[in-house]
Amino acid sequence: MELLLQYIVAGVTYGTIYAIVAIGFNIIYNTTGIINFAQGEFVMLGGMTAFTLKEYLPLPVAIISAVIITMIIGALIEIVFIRWLHKPSVLRMIIITIGLSILIRETALHIWGEGVTALPYFTGTSVTSVNLGGVFVSPQVFWAVGISSIMVILLGIFFNFTLLGKQMRACSANREAARLCGISTRNMVTFSFMLSAGIGALGGCIVSPITYIQYDSGSQLAIKGFTVAILGGLGNSTAAVAAAMILGILESFSIWALPAAYKDVVSIAIMLIILFVKPSGLFGNAAAARLKEY
Amino acid sequence: MSAKFIQIFGFAVTIVAIQVFTQLTDSSFHLTQFTMTAYYSLLVIGLCMLIGYAGQISLGHAGFFAIGGYMSAFLTTHNLAAMKGTPFIALLSKLGLLVERKDLYGGELLAFHPWSACILSVCTVLVIAYVIGGPVLKLKGHYLAMATLGFGIIIYRIVLGTSSLGAADGISGVPGFSIFPGVMIGGSGSGRILNYYVAWGIVIAGMTFLLNLIGSRVGRALSAIHGAEDAAEAMGIPTANYKLRVFVLSAGFAAVAGVLLTHYNGSIGPSEASVMKSVRYVAIVAIGGMTSLWGAISMSLILNYFSLRGSFGTYDDAVFGVILILIMLFAPDGLIRKQVLGDLKSYLKRIRSKAVAS
Repeated sequence: MELLLQYIVAGVTYGTIYAIVAIGFNIIYNTTGIINFAQGEFVMLGGMTAFTLKEYLPLPVAIISAVIITMIIGALIEIVFIRWLHKPSVLRMIIITIGLSILIRETALHIWGEGVTALPYFTGTSVTSVNLGGVFVSPQVFWAVGISSIMVILLGIFFNFTLLGKQMRACSANREAARLCGISTRNMVTFSFMLSAGIGALGGCIVSPITYIQYDSGSQLAIKGFTVAILGGLGNSTAAVAAAMILGILESFSIWALPAAYKDVVSIAIMLIILFVKPSGLFGNAAAARLKEY
Repeated sequence: MSAKFIQIFGFAVTIVAIQVFTQLTDSSFHLTQFTMTAYYSLLVIGLCMLIGYAGQISLGHAGFFAIGGYMSAFLTTHNLAAMKGTPFIALLSKLGLLVERKDLYGGELLAFHPWSACILSVCTVLVIAYVIGGPVLKLKGHYLAMATLGFGIIIYRIVLGTSSLGAADGISGVPGFSIFPGVMIGGSGSGRILNYYVAWGIVIAGMTFLLNLIGSRVGRALSAIHGAEDAAEAMGIPTANYKLRVFVLSAGFAAVAGVLLTHYNGSIGPSEASVMKSVRYVAIVAIGGMTSLWGAISMSLILNYFSLRGSFGTYDDAVFGVILILIMLFAPDGLIRKQVLGDLKSYLKRIRSKAVAS
């Protein structure tokens, strides 16, 4: 029984990071209709930048600076590579964002090398643990789950109650109509890149102590995040969180049945099955999904 | 003489010219890289058929390449001598599928003959492509890209995590493949020129096949699908069927390339299955202009050769990333196409008229 709970805790921890990546995917998808294949790279950049900055700054300041720097990079990427394209085809956007992810990854390789980096634990050390009725939980897990929950709530408030958030939603509902109402849709796209880069970077900082980050962590996280986004239904962030927990827990139980080397195989197989059987996601509406453009 | 024949003839002349040039400049060791380039080009033209003519992206073709290569490598190196007595092995042996040879230490080694391994591997890939192609090709856009990417990653993880496939080391000691008596695909130095011509001969044969296919009823149907899938369907073209057939065909090209390159190198490693390889193949097709087999093959010849020579150093992957972005931003129809000169002229005209206006 305790072992079971221990696996669930491990699953939730991984689920948190998948949820963060998936939310990043959804924000950009909602405003632009494109999937940003470089989303995982933002997570990696956040973790790596914070690791470098913490040499000079206290940890919280380093993390906040890393998030801001990554947001600026996200905005720059959008302005330089995407903003001026006139109605690009989906294939073109896929290839451009894949190219960007390679570029970011290779740049990171030349800046930070192949080494594995990890931020220190926010409280305690790697061996500190809290005993919850026989289950040992690292305090970092509470940090990860707590910060992510706050982030999801803040995003909900942002999209529902602030003018900027409402403008972004208008942009996703109907771009032409939003423009007619005087919303600068181009700025909204830039802003969505900034926002999802920031969220990704924060996620990278939170999980860095637990999972470690290296230059090529991004692409793996991206595919997991995409799996989760699909599982929940593309564009639906609340469902993505639930789907992330399901995937995280399934993955951690898969270690029981299969060698750990095949962990990724399990989650990608789940993604393929969902794509084949119900591309609108577990919580999505199949009829509504058919109307969307992929 | 048809234009097609002249193009193929011109390409063959280029291939001979490269060989003669290396012979004259006493640098025939370059032919090793050119031979490897040939096998990658075989995959690239198959992929070009899928992306350019059927309009379906695949980010998992390195997976098919790796299945072919790994399976052939495993079958030709896995020692069955211990199981010689079992009826199944005896049956295989009687059918002439197996071959006995001496291993490195002079021990007895009973393994599949390269021909039977090759046919088995390619057939396996065709079956896999057929099975996954059905559901995968129903998807469009991002979903199609992610599904094929996912397939590629699964294959990569499996070859990396399976110890009988050598895990991170891959499989080495793969014997040469004597396709005919006296013609051996393998890494021995003496057969370098022969191997070069065999490899490019296979590419030219594949190219001829594809060019004929494009000019046929199938090719016209494919370009209709690429133009407007719904319209093609309305005209009575079984679009799903055609897309699946091209997918299986391109997977077959990738498998043959994987098998032959593995025998030529004598080894295969997990990096052949990596996502970066798949992206690289897509990049080459994109630079070649998506719908141009000649564009794809010439870009493959140039880029693969320089990459294999190590000209890009540690920036190897970055070079492909940058090229991919630049091409997609500024020339989404690729560099190699007939209108390039026209584009340049109109661009110059625009600049001149601007200068006049100011």
